[in-house]
Amino acid sequence: MDILYLLIPLSTALVLLILGVFAWALHRGQFEDLEREGERILQDEPALVDADQSRAVQRTEQSPTV
Amino acid sequence: MAVSSKSAAPMYTDDAVRWFALATVLWGVVGMLVGVIIAAQLAWPQLNLGIPWLSYGRLRPLHTNAVIFAFGGCALFATSYHVVQRTCQTPLFAPWLAKFTFWGWQLVIVAAAISLPLGMTQGKEYAELEWPIDLLIAVVWVSYAVVFFGTIGIRKVRHIYVANWFFGAFILAVALLHIVNSAAIPVSLTKSYSAYAGVQDAMVQWWYGHNAVGFFLTAGFLGMMYYYIPKQAERPVYSYRLSIVHFWALIFTYMWAGPHHLHYTALPDWAQSIGMIFSLVLLAPSWGGMINGIMTLSGAWHKLRDDPILKFLIVALSFYGMSTFEGPMMSIKTVNALSHYTDWTVGHVHSGALGWVGLISMGSMYYLIPKLFGRKDMYSVRAIELHFWIATIGIVLYIAAMWIAGVMQGLMWRAINPDGTLVYTFVESVKATYPFYVIRLLGGVLYLGGMLIMAWNTVMTIRAGKVAVAPVPPVAAAHA
Repeated sequence: MDILYLLIPLSTALVLLILGVFAWALHRGQFEDLEREGERILQDEPALVDADQSRAVQRTEQSPTV
Repeated sequence: MAVSSKSAAPMYTDDAVRWFALATVLWGVVGMLVGVIIAAQLAWPQLNLGIPWLSYGRLRPLHTNAVIFAFGGCALFATSYHVVQRTCQTPLFAPWLAKFTFWGWQLVIVAAAISLPLGMTQGKEYAELEWPIDLLIAVVWVSYAVVFFGTIGIRKVRHIYVANWFFGAFILAVALLHIVNSAAIPVSLTKSYSAYAGVQDAMVQWWYGHNAVGFFLTAGFLGMMYYYIPKQAERPVYSYRLSIVHFWALIFTYMWAGPHHLHYTALPDWAQSIGMIFSLVLLAPSWGGMINGIMTLSGAWHKLRDDPILKFLIVALSFYGMSTFEGPMMSIKTVNALSHYTDWTVGHVHSGALGWVGLISMGSMYYLIPKLFGRKDMYSVRAIELHFWIATIGIVLYIAAMWIAGVMQGLMWRAINPDGTLVYTFVESVKATYPFYVIRLLGGVLYLGGMLIMAWNTVMTIRAGKVAVAPVPPVAAAHA
């Protein structure tokens, strides 16, 4: 079962990587305010435009508010 | 306050999304057609026609590669590129690279379609493609990772929506699996030998094989599910918290389930036991996902009555639940002693493939394709409904036939006379399986028929619509 010399270290490295990514996510606030994040994808999408009209959309100004 | 010349509202970059979405429909038809052909060949071997390039042994991997990587793969590319943009509220990172992944992936598919019937194979299930194509896959896949993670890196929304975690895990896991399992020593342009040997090769192969199921066919499509079900149902995910918990549990547990493909083989007993136990544990995070997706319809069940897209998406989850219950059961060694090498395994595969992967992809494409062409709905919503029913009946025929055949085969093979001799010869079990092969073929023909309806509907939708581009909405100031 020599393959285990590859598979076990590989799996361990992978688990450490997974734990690292989880710790990063936790630290960076990914798990805060989950209800609102779940609903965010349902917020209004802008209307679609035909491809040949997209340049016109690009040219009109949107005055940004901060 | 001064008007800047760089006023453009950025547009989402959906060219690759559109191309991959259409390719999904095309390869769905092709892959399922090859499936129907090989199902017919099993019932009537004369259909091999004595032609090597059309023989079952060569067409079977063409079917599996086409439905998993061409059909499923294009669906994953299309939806992941679409979802990552919408949830990060940014166009793709390096859209030109995304287009490269499209053409590169199509080249992989065409190379598979040529090389597999020619008999070029590495002999590893779902990893048959020879080493030059494996290299191309690696290049395309690294590009895919760059585009996807690059887009996450330039996101305008700080939170990374749960679907992107599933897509990200799928992309990284597949890269790891492909590189490790495809390690080979080439002896010619069209022939190589695995870097591993014997039962060790088997272990690596089924670590790959089951994680291909767990990450390519499950995690990736759960990513799809977590975006398109809430969007179609107009409801947020039932429990966003649960989605995160089951994500981490799922990706951790799946990696260990591979040995359940090797019960009662030369693989050491302890390795088999690990595979069995983790496969049983896997039931919990899998059902977490299923429940979360289905319960998203809580308060909106009535929508299922009139919305065929939602039917596709929710029934897909039902089959997902079924398969993720059946799988752990079949991973139990005692059960596996009956089911291994029988058609029950084939039935299980197809309830997951046709039921979960197929239906969730179709539902997602029916949501996505009209929007890519400036329309709210597909050309014919009634055709979606028709497709749904035909596909579902096809699935039920398929898996019921295979369950009966599989258990029958398992029982026949282990039947022993009092003096210890076998009751049945192998060929007797083949003969007894014949009617179920015919029923399964009928199920597959129905499923293919549904896919053809989808292809027609897609063509009509494109003709009635126009390529549409969507502006990226400005992110509200509060979420900087």
